[in-house]
Amino acid sequence: MDTNLALLLLLAPLAGFLLNIFIGKKLSGNVSGILGSVAVAVSFAVTLKFFLQVNGGGEPINVNLFKWMTLANFDVNFAFQLDQLSLLWLMFVTGIGTLIHIYSISYMHGDENIHKYFGYLNLFVFFMITLVMGSNLLIMFIGWEGVGLCSYLLIGFWYKNHDFNDAAKKAFIMNRIGDLGFLIGIFIIGYLFHSVDYIDIKNAITSGNLDIDMTWLGIATLCLFIGACGKSAQIPLYTWLPDAMAGPTPVSALIHAATMVTAGIFMITRLNFLFDLTPDVQNIIAIVGAFTSLIAASIGLAQNDIKKVLAYSTVSQLGLMFLALGLGAYHVAVFHVITHAFFKACLFLGSGSVIHAMHGEQDMRYMGGLRKVMGVTFITFLISTLAISGLPPFSGFFSKDEILMTAFHHNKVLWVVGSIASIMTAFYMFRLLYLTFYKDFRGTEEQKKHLHESPSLITFPLIVLAILALVGGAISLPGHSWLNEYLSPILTNHIEHHELGTTAYMLMGIAIIGALIGIGIAYFKYIKQGFVPGKDEEITGFSKVLYNKFYVDEIYTAIIVKPIYALGAFFKNVTEVAFSGFIFGLGRLANALSTQGKVIQNGSIGFYLLVFVLGICSIIAYIFLK
Amino acid sequence: MDVSFILIILLFGAVATYFVGDKWASKAALIFSTCAFAATLYVIYRYNMGEKVSYLQTWMSRPRIVIGLQADGMSLLMLLLTTALTPIIVLTSFGNLFPKSRSFYALILFMAFAMAGTFLAVDGLLYYIFWELSLIPIYFIALIWGSGEAERRKKDVVKFFIYTFAGSLFMLVAFIYLYTKTGSFLNLHLYNAKLTDTEQLWIFLGFFLAYAIKIPIIPFHTWQANVYQKAPAAGTMLLSGIMLKMALYSIIRWQLPIAPKAAHDYKYIFIALCVAGVIYGSILALKQTNLKKLLAYSSLAHVGLIAAGAYTLTIDGLRGAFVQMIAHGFVVVGLFYAAEIISRRYKTEEIAEMGGIRIQSAKFASMFMILVMASVALPGTFNFIGEFELLYSLAQANIWLAVLGGTTIILGAFYMLRMFQQVMLGDKGTKVFKDVTFGEGFTFVLIIAVLLFFGLYPRPITDFVTPSLQKVLVYINQIN
Repeated sequence: MDTNLALLLLLAPLAGFLLNIFIGKKLSGNVSGILGSVAVAVSFAVTLKFFLQVNGGGEPINVNLFKWMTLANFDVNFAFQLDQLSLLWLMFVTGIGTLIHIYSISYMHGDENIHKYFGYLNLFVFFMITLVMGSNLLIMFIGWEGVGLCSYLLIGFWYKNHDFNDAAKKAFIMNRIGDLGFLIGIFIIGYLFHSVDYIDIKNAITSGNLDIDMTWLGIATLCLFIGACGKSAQIPLYTWLPDAMAGPTPVSALIHAATMVTAGIFMITRLNFLFDLTPDVQNIIAIVGAFTSLIAASIGLAQNDIKKVLAYSTVSQLGLMFLALGLGAYHVAVFHVITHAFFKACLFLGSGSVIHAMHGEQDMRYMGGLRKVMGVTFITFLISTLAISGLPPFSGFFSKDEILMTAFHHNKVLWVVGSIASIMTAFYMFRLLYLTFYKDFRGTEEQKKHLHESPSLITFPLIVLAILALVGGAISLPGHSWLNEYLSPILTNHIEHHELGTTAYMLMGIAIIGALIGIGIAYFKYIKQGFVPGKDEEITGFSKVLYNKFYVDEIYTAIIVKPIYALGAFFKNVTEVAFSGFIFGLGRLANALSTQGKVIQNGSIGFYLLVFVLGICSIIAYIFLK
Repeated sequence: MDVSFILIILLFGAVATYFVGDKWASKAALIFSTCAFAATLYVIYRYNMGEKVSYLQTWMSRPRIVIGLQADGMSLLMLLLTTALTPIIVLTSFGNLFPKSRSFYALILFMAFAMAGTFLAVDGLLYYIFWELSLIPIYFIALIWGSGEAERRKKDVVKFFIYTFAGSLFMLVAFIYLYTKTGSFLNLHLYNAKLTDTEQLWIFLGFFLAYAIKIPIIPFHTWQANVYQKAPAAGTMLLSGIMLKMALYSIIRWQLPIAPKAAHDYKYIFIALCVAGVIYGSILALKQTNLKKLLAYSSLAHVGLIAAGAYTLTIDGLRGAFVQMIAHGFVVVGLFYAAEIISRRYKTEEIAEMGGIRIQSAKFASMFMILVMASVALPGTFNFIGEFELLYSLAQANIWLAVLGGTTIILGAFYMLRMFQQVMLGDKGTKVFKDVTFGEGFTFVLIIAVLLFFGLYPRPITDFVTPSLQKVLVYINQIN
């Protein structure tokens, strides 16, 4: 029974995908959308059942379908497991997934390929479930690359536009750089542990008599982390995520904010017992996370495209999660993943609602004053903005505070970096809020006439997510954490408890004051002074560097892409000619040396055959007569 | 019924196809090749039941030449690849109105006959005869029905013929030398030839030249791109889908077990050369402006990885090589078919002149996309299984080889997606792309079904081939 339900959970979105792809064209757009939403809702319902079961003390569910691959050192089973961690992830993947499907029915209304849109979105959910549910690294890898494919398909959904296609391609290729790291990591782990099953590896480690080369294990975890960098957009592989905003906004909300980009955090949490053994790699993770958080937040300060701001904010928040992972505080990272999923999905969907009202305009310089016409969007957006800025009692406050508190106890520099990033976050989020919803409208008269609040299919998910963004912190309150309790079977190292003493309250105070400073500056600049960012060419100085994202894309093009093309040109024009000339030269030589050579060059096939047969005969004769 | 029956069907089919005339030739070829495929399945079924399906008959006693057709997991799998792809290749030609089509289809079947013989032959000389025999039909197919200017084409095709023929002569010399040592051409006798290290090295190199040109491995690949581009689609498919696998298969069947010491001693040199080919081919693919040439260089990269895996001398490498030979065979036929369909409709092979196809035929775009994803070894496709095993075998040799060989998953995605974008996406241009016909769609579906099914459940193939590989591995590891 459990096996069948687990398969239903996995396969319902796949069925939705197949139906939409094969018969979707004949259905009306709304039916496609309902089909897609129901498929994911079914998965959510099953997830909820299992979640309650496991949360109530039930055993994890294991499903072993068949042996998939056999290698010299290890076997790979097509197997799935539903334990605390995978169910927690599935809860918000399918839950938020359902909401975003519903939202999309209205948002994508009238698109000629709407059935494909829902098909791809369903396929994404299917692969995401595979990623999370797999019981070994290779099943995770199927999902891992599968979500990458869906991301590619959905970023480039409006494929007539080549800029969008470029963004899609970039996302796929950059992810593949990480994926190579992931693969190498799998190879080493399979070689060391003779298994790629989580449970086997964990048992091998906890059994106590582990006899493996720690250097190789370190290389393996580093390689896995490279994989995580690709999928979760960390330095140096983060530049695809802002470009990925080319996709429809609900896609940005689901894939590029709430779910897919958290896959790297899932993977590291899943393998916490491995990463705990390699403290050097953990340090790297913490440092990369902290600096990604800072760099992305600083770029976010100067962006004018509403979705770009949110994208950099996502990169920055993911950086904070990696900071927590690197410090070994997996439960804290997971906590922030969840609250972030709530408020960031809400923010993206809110921005979608705004873009919808603005008829596709994404530049905040041409917005303003929208709170007057878009009440629900504004309120939900405000709640989520407060949550991401880290003000109590909103959910983001609790999770972010725990990350910073953990950092404080391990390394003060990382704490300072994380805190600065958080202050910046508060600033640019309120800058976004003020520019979009306050003051007067700065768009055209035409746009102004059509401004409207979005229909209820759009506002309903916003309201649900805003409520979650408001109260989501309750799953792990300081001193009384349901989440830590729930995750304890998954995490091998004991969870650090920070006493709710003076230090803790002091740190909270600092965090709140920091957030208020960020908000205050934004208020002063954009409300008091009524500043509006100027045109692109008017941006100068350091703002220009920030606005151009530290020119990282240009640098990558110059040091990686261009040299590859140059090498290609060299191969094509020099080595190929040389190889071919060499062979041809040999032919010429033979030609010059013998008159027979000239006869062979005449291209008469009859002659070849004759020579061939004669040759064979003479060889046989030679052997025969010898 | 033994394996010789399949060869007879193919040979008889070639003759019969020629005599039914131009009008019915394509149908006759389809029927005979499908029969051969069905017969292969039946033979495999009998083989699995433990019945004897090999065929051994002494042809002449001095020199001792045996008409020996050996059926084991390895050869039957390659036979299956040949007879499964032949009807598909025949199907892909249905849309073309060739002059003298009876000769064309007869030559395809004759080629399948020669290739099947190469895979099955247990006697070195017989093997060599089949090996060279397969060159003749492809020569005519490329020469007569190819595209482009006739003079230029003739030059490229003749170059290809002489080049591969010359390479094979070194193999022949190796065989004759082995005969003088052992008095036999039978592969089992050759495996136990007790050669000195120097002898092994020269034998190894003799085989290597023949195979390196056929596969091809850099720097012996210069014939490839031009021939792939100029041959008619069916010819390119025969070459890339099946014929080059003759050489990859022969590495495992002949070269490694006959000269195991050399294989072990110089392992890293050959792996490195093959891995260099992976990167070289991938980077060159990025610079191609002609769709078929791009696919040719991509094929160069993929087969380089297969050869590299075989030279690791590990069970994973050998098995990966077999899996990837099948997977690559199907995917490359599918990709060249897609290229053919585009050039039939757009009357061009230049990537820059394409674009706007997806908007006109979503079905074609989806099928092409799946093939592209299989080509870049997305998990869930059969190619992933092959590439995973191959890269894992490289990792066992040296982790850096796996990293370098693994760049194919990045570069492959780079050039394939770039190609897909330029060829398929964008807004509708002035050119009209007629939606795929039922026949075309059916052919794609067959190929895709194979790639996806075995991607999810590869064991029918891996379990089938593994016992034979383990046997051959015993000889490969037999170094005194």
